[in-house]
Amino acid sequence: MTGFATDLFANFWVSLAAKLALVATMIPLIGMVIGFAEMKLSAKMQSRIGPYFAGGRWGWAQLIADGVKFFQKEDLIPEDADRPVFKSAPILVLVGTVALFVVIPFGPGLIFRDLSVGIFYALAISSISTIGVLMAGWSSANKYSLMGGLRAAGQLIAYELPLVLAVVGSVIMAGTLSMSGIVEAQIAAGYPFVILQVVGFAIFMIAALAELTRIPFDMPIAESELVMGYLTEYSGFRFLFFFLAEFANMFTMSAIAVTLFLGGYWLPGIPESVLVFAGPVILIGKVAILSFVMIWFRWTFPRFREDQLQTLAWKWLIPIALANIVITAIFKVLF
Amino acid sequence: MTFSAWISEPINWIFLLVGLVVLASGFRVVTAKNVVHAALLLVAALAGTAGLFLMLAAEFVAWVLVLVYIGAVIVLFLFGIMITRAPTGQDEGLDSEKKVVPALLSVGVFVLMAWGSIDAFGTTLVGATGDPISTELIGESLLGRFVIPFEVVSFVLLAALIGSITLARKDLTPIEEEEGRRV
Repeated sequence: MTGFATDLFANFWVSLAAKLALVATMIPLIGMVIGFAEMKLSAKMQSRIGPYFAGGRWGWAQLIADGVKFFQKEDLIPEDADRPVFKSAPILVLVGTVALFVVIPFGPGLIFRDLSVGIFYALAISSISTIGVLMAGWSSANKYSLMGGLRAAGQLIAYELPLVLAVVGSVIMAGTLSMSGIVEAQIAAGYPFVILQVVGFAIFMIAALAELTRIPFDMPIAESELVMGYLTEYSGFRFLFFFLAEFANMFTMSAIAVTLFLGGYWLPGIPESVLVFAGPVILIGKVAILSFVMIWFRWTFPRFREDQLQTLAWKWLIPIALANIVITAIFKVLF
Repeated sequence: MTFSAWISEPINWIFLLVGLVVLASGFRVVTAKNVVHAALLLVAALAGTAGLFLMLAAEFVAWVLVLVYIGAVIVLFLFGIMITRAPTGQDEGLDSEKKVVPALLSVGVFVLMAWGSIDAFGTTLVGATGDPISTELIGESLLGRFVIPFEVVSFVLLAALIGSITLARKDLTPIEEEEGRRV
């Protein structure tokens, strides 16, 4: 970089603006790519063609057309709705998503901000979205929305615990909470932590699916019972915000799982000098695999029942995650 | 340090702004005419408090506040409110007649704590190195020097947990128990 550019980016506000602009372009892009993948893959799994006409070949422009359509739609707000809460709910959900990008390491030194409490920050900030979902459910003044919001709250509280506890195993192995520190610990160890933390990884992925309220955990927006749950009354760009947040959250949750368990931006045998450039590609490749698995699950499994969901979290995942922590800690002390 | 010298530092503008947001939302929590609004304003107040902790370089405490209070306590508050009674719009029944004593009490607590900290520290800056307080240090002191208080607190929490399960459990009458056994 030239001297001027270095000076410019050394300025806190300039670099902050540049980072914000980058995330602001990344989220719609990620939303479109994963959204399109979901449409095409679900079509493939159900022997359909899926989007076909928009943009010519394979209907690649379908999501762009959808986005434009959402912006043209009227911003409907129900008569009895609590207007300020109704309006700010989708923004809060999207803020929770944007804030997660801060601590994802895309390569050696390629991170928006390497917080020393990295993974803990990620878990804390993702709970902001829960408040947004509850606000959306309540403020719509609609029984389906309220039921959806309540189900979402019950589910997100229940699965936040296994999510947090599953992370602890990797943190104990790495000896740090910093996201890039965890990747570096895996590079130093020479293997991704999933080899010793299979249980942690499995629990994390199950809890992540539930946190994303995706099938088989999509009771909060179960179409056959609740119309669209807490999203029922939303239209236009406010609905688009929820839609983008869902797909961007798929990316961030997968990226956190990749960082904690699958070696992040690192692949065995690739030297540090190459990783600087190849890191983001490797990370996004691994994220794509996990996102594919999530989409695959969605079109394979039926929906859980509400009591089955709670039983799974409280009676199985949390005790197993606690046992995993104890065993990991014992091994850490012994070896 | 005079007030004009204090206010000329840009970092203090942010402190003032966040502090005012916390104060205003805290005031609105008690005066709000809608119970859900009050809970949401409490979120704003807690988020501002977390911001103040961040400005004091207490990173870990700030995120604990977000994870535990905003992510769990307020979500449970909202859950409880919505599952029982949560109309949109104004709810006049929320207002309490007794305002003077609580107001005096909160002002009194504030004065006491402000006087106490000014008396103890005055203008000396405590631990003002500018570096965030490391999480390792917190962990080590919790499991080292403060391990007994730490374990006592977890014991109290365990007792509370068992107590709440006992309270929430439905006690069966002898007849119901007999029937339950037969089924």
